[in-house]
Amino acid sequence: MANATTYRTCPRSGLQFEDQAEKLMKANAFVAVVWLLIGGLLAIGVVLTRWPALRWLEADTFYMVLTAHGINMLIFWIIFFEVAVLYFASSTLLRCRLATPRLAWLAFALMVIGSVVNNIAVFRGSSSVMMTSYVPMMAEPNFYLGLILFAVGALIACFVFFGTLVVARRDRTYTGSVPLVTFGAITAAIIAVFTIVSGAIILIPTWLLSLGVVKQVDPLVYRTIWWAFGHSSQQINVAAHISIWYLVAAVAFGAKPMSERVSRMAFLLYILFLQIASAHHLLADPGLSTGWKVVNTSYFMYFAVLASMLHGLTIPGAMEVAQRQKGFTKGLFEWLRKAPWGNPTFAGVFMSIIGFGFLGGISGVMMGTEQLNMIIHNTIYVPGHFHATVVVGTTLTFMALTYYLVPVLFRRELISPKLALWQVYLFGLSMYAFCLVMMGAGTLGVSRRHWDMAFSGAALAYEWPGAAYLMMAGVGVIGVAAIVGGALFVYLVVGSLLWGKRLDTGSVSPQFTPVPRAAPTTVAQSYGSMGFAAPGTFTLAMVFLVAFVLYYFINWKYLSTLWGLS
Amino acid sequence: MSAILPPSERLWYKHPIDRVEGTWIAIALLWCLIMFFMMIGWHIWGKQNLSTETYRTTPDKFMAKTQAMVDQYKVREETDEKIPVVAPPPGSDVYLLARLWSFYPILELEKGKTYRLHLTAMDYNHGFSLQPANINIQMVPGFEHVVTVTPNQSGSFSVVCNEYCGIGHHKMVGRLYVK
Repeated sequence: MANATTYRTCPRSGLQFEDQAEKLMKANAFVAVVWLLIGGLLAIGVVLTRWPALRWLEADTFYMVLTAHGINMLIFWIIFFEVAVLYFASSTLLRCRLATPRLAWLAFALMVIGSVVNNIAVFRGSSSVMMTSYVPMMAEPNFYLGLILFAVGALIACFVFFGTLVVARRDRTYTGSVPLVTFGAITAAIIAVFTIVSGAIILIPTWLLSLGVVKQVDPLVYRTIWWAFGHSSQQINVAAHISIWYLVAAVAFGAKPMSERVSRMAFLLYILFLQIASAHHLLADPGLSTGWKVVNTSYFMYFAVLASMLHGLTIPGAMEVAQRQKGFTKGLFEWLRKAPWGNPTFAGVFMSIIGFGFLGGISGVMMGTEQLNMIIHNTIYVPGHFHATVVVGTTLTFMALTYYLVPVLFRRELISPKLALWQVYLFGLSMYAFCLVMMGAGTLGVSRRHWDMAFSGAALAYEWPGAAYLMMAGVGVIGVAAIVGGALFVYLVVGSLLWGKRLDTGSVSPQFTPVPRAAPTTVAQSYGSMGFAAPGTFTLAMVFLVAFVLYYFINWKYLSTLWGLS
Repeated sequence: MSAILPPSERLWYKHPIDRVEGTWIAIALLWCLIMFFMMIGWHIWGKQNLSTETYRTTPDKFMAKTQAMVDQYKVREETDEKIPVVAPPPGSDVYLLARLWSFYPILELEKGKTYRLHLTAMDYNHGFSLQPANINIQMVPGFEHVVTVTPNQSGSFSVVCNEYCGIGHHKMVGRLYVK
């Protein structure tokens, strides 16, 4: 086929960008940052209202702002960015043209229109139904229509990604298997298709209900299917940001996966078991059997947790092996001390790995344990958990990757790499603390999605313990610090695009250059040479395990003091 | 940079695994299985398991049953809204409904005694968050959830709605006494 497109080889990274794919990546990534900015502005309203001493916004405004913050961050910022990541993992890493660029632009347009329509519905004020929009509480029809249009766009983008894989295979731009990062992106896209279909199954009838075409949507059926969409969409993020961790390990260290087999098997476990996680949200619900809850909430015997624990070892492990090869072999941790802590991309990703594992991972298993869920369900522990997974995990990773992409993809020098480094540490550490205070307040029972913990105007108000007030004040103060960190990110990205030094385009060619194969790995060349290649990482993993086990049984101890329930 | 390049060996899945990875897989798998069987074990030996006994209901039907209990066992009224306080006998069926934006009625239970607590939401989703005991249960409209409870502390407890239910959500607090 005659291709009108061109391929640019980035002089700094050696990556090859196809013209159409490059434009689409830029557009999607840029719109993503715009939604991050809007979501961040809304976050100011959320944290300053939940700060009990301030309670800044009125109740109706607060719930509207909270609805918009949730949707803009969890859906629009992240999925726009993920579409860019999908195009990167297919067209750029496989060095082929993007399949059906026109459809990809259509997908982009649908996503933009959908997100705007949804936001207009929310800001008109009568769709403050939270992201979950549990029926029978209804929003405006356009609230659902916007989400549906956005989902259709995202689905098309997934198929453009799959099509691009086919193009690469057919044009023989690479030999052997796809790279690990692409494999991870495939995982994300497969989960995305499942997610979006679940969303369609429940949002289309709900949209028709809001229009009066359908008479009823069962509240429990809604919750069950909505969460197959709501939770799975977060699993797309997990697969996507873990792929980026592998990418950054490769770029920052030249690290090779310790074993392709283990890493790919772990991604495969995600495809097999992650989607059944809607049960996490239904553990406190009536009408679902214990067996169903136990099997589904544990991703069938915690096989998806196993997968995350594997990635958590193999990514730092790969970094350690690469560093040891460079001669940083002293003791257990010289490789880590001598890591490029001054590089915002590495620093962000490493903080993301640690925070995602220790804060997000462990707390997620607590909430997802059938009985322990009763001491956590719908408390502010829940947003504490998902800010650790989605913000420390996904958003921080995407920010770190953006610092890598600004020179490579947008061809602009960062206006201040030093400020970028400060941004990563400020945002990462304040989000760690933010998650911890929320989990602390949640352990004392404080509700999520609640305008006033003092219950003003209630006849039978409840007095929360002083510690709960203290921690919610912490949510306010630390939340502001995190928002400053987020604002710095937007400033650095937009500033660099506007005023950053222009960089060389690099050589442009009408032909792709095929992808070379990786050099053979040095770890365990044969069955006879098995070593213990990453002892430092193994030690960190054991620290993680001890923390996990202790906290797990502390929660059971707490549960055992509760009223008898059967 | 091999995570972004195709693997060096065509048969990468035959590549041996380093001992760090092998050991960790074994440990992690063992821990995952322990956590899985812990949930099942708690159903056998633990005392805090959420019942799954559920019936479909309607607001009218549930209100009628609740009102019958209130009429029979009312001991007094509290607050300006005259919310009835109901003290049903131990072992009986007790009803608590959630609606915009209150819980009805106030229950008075006895410590160490067991009750069948029927929960439902009359309109939107609501939350049953018993504080400071910190027991949290979802209340879904159309479903009557029967939870067997045995209070192990006496005192005054609050029932906080912790599922967002609209503009008056923050006023939605009920009470429950244990003697």
